[in-house]
Amino acid sequence: MATVHPQLLKEKSETGKSSKSIILRISKFNPKKDSKSTFLEFTVPYQNWTTVLDAILEVKNYLDHSIGVRYSCRQATCGSCGMIINGKPKLACFTKISELNSNVITVEPMNNFPLIRDLVVGFERMFSTHKRIKPYIIREDSEITSATKEFLQSPEDVEKYIQFAGCIKCGLCNSACPTMATDSTFIGPQALAQAYRYIADNRDQGKDKRLRIIDERHGIWGCHFAGSCSQVCPKGVDPAMGIQLLRGYLLGYRK
Amino acid sequence: MMSNVMRESHIMKIHYLTAMLAVALVIVHIMVRIVQGFSDSLLFDNVVANYQFIPYAILLEAVLVLISVHGFNGLRVILLELKQGRAYENAVTYGCLAGMIILVAYGSRTIIMTSMGMV
Repeated sequence: MATVHPQLLKEKSETGKSSKSIILRISKFNPKKDSKSTFLEFTVPYQNWTTVLDAILEVKNYLDHSIGVRYSCRQATCGSCGMIINGKPKLACFTKISELNSNVITVEPMNNFPLIRDLVVGFERMFSTHKRIKPYIIREDSEITSATKEFLQSPEDVEKYIQFAGCIKCGLCNSACPTMATDSTFIGPQALAQAYRYIADNRDQGKDKRLRIIDERHGIWGCHFAGSCSQVCPKGVDPAMGIQLLRGYLLGYRK
Repeated sequence: MMSNVMRESHIMKIHYLTAMLAVALVIVHIMVRIVQGFSDSLLFDNVVANYQFIPYAILLEAVLVLISVHGFNGLRVILLELKQGRAYENAVTYGCLAGMIILVAYGSRTIIMTSMGMV
């Protein structure tokens, strides 16, 4: 179905802001009702700064209210709008149409996640694996009772883990992971990167507990080091590197 | 369960170690074959002579053990990634362990019997 809302085009041409348009193909599938997924096609005008999320919301506002899409902050902070855009996992709010260099943009739900509806996937498993690795500082004493009142860190200490602290739990890394595509019980790059984030933090004393959690049959050793997790991360986190560094602890060449 | 006996990192250490040792020993094996004339390697008398030369028989036995351990563990890892489930995973783990033991036992039997002049 190729369609464009006449009012939408009229408004755009009147303001003189948009002369360009793309065909937006949106995956439509409700597992509770449909037997297979279909693509709906819409012609959407865009500007240089229009993001894929803007285009989807324009379609949702004016052309098809039933499209299921999850979003919140629109500034790559909340990690809600991850989806497959022209075959690659990306944040819709962080991907400008103009940078895709294509007249046809296809949006699909993320791989390796259970589909809820259309572009919305379930994050329960990712959040549970995230919780499993104990994503918090573990230590006996606390900053309140410590004599110094706070645990001071040097810039070098912070440098060891800070890039991994940028994770927004958008799930793009898990969606891009080839191991997750075949092994449904694999812990995943998101959780592994976060395990490294806390292990590398010199305030933390939970290294042995976390290493034990990830050192299991479907744990860290399932990673084939394809590196696609690091390639798709919108926040510059490098889960593939974190996984290799974690392996160093387990193989005994890192302390 | 196997994973209760050995942590996965211990298994992977064995996996990497067997790979490195196997590569080193197979290089020695191939070099010996090239030095002695590659085309005559599988002549009956040459094969028997190789087994009866004890250092070389030990090398072949070591290659057999290293490649069996590495290969069957690799197969286990691949099969575990293909499908999940407690019964399936236990079957794969113990099946690969059994396969490895049988192959090592059968190969060792051949090497020992031949080196002792029983063939």
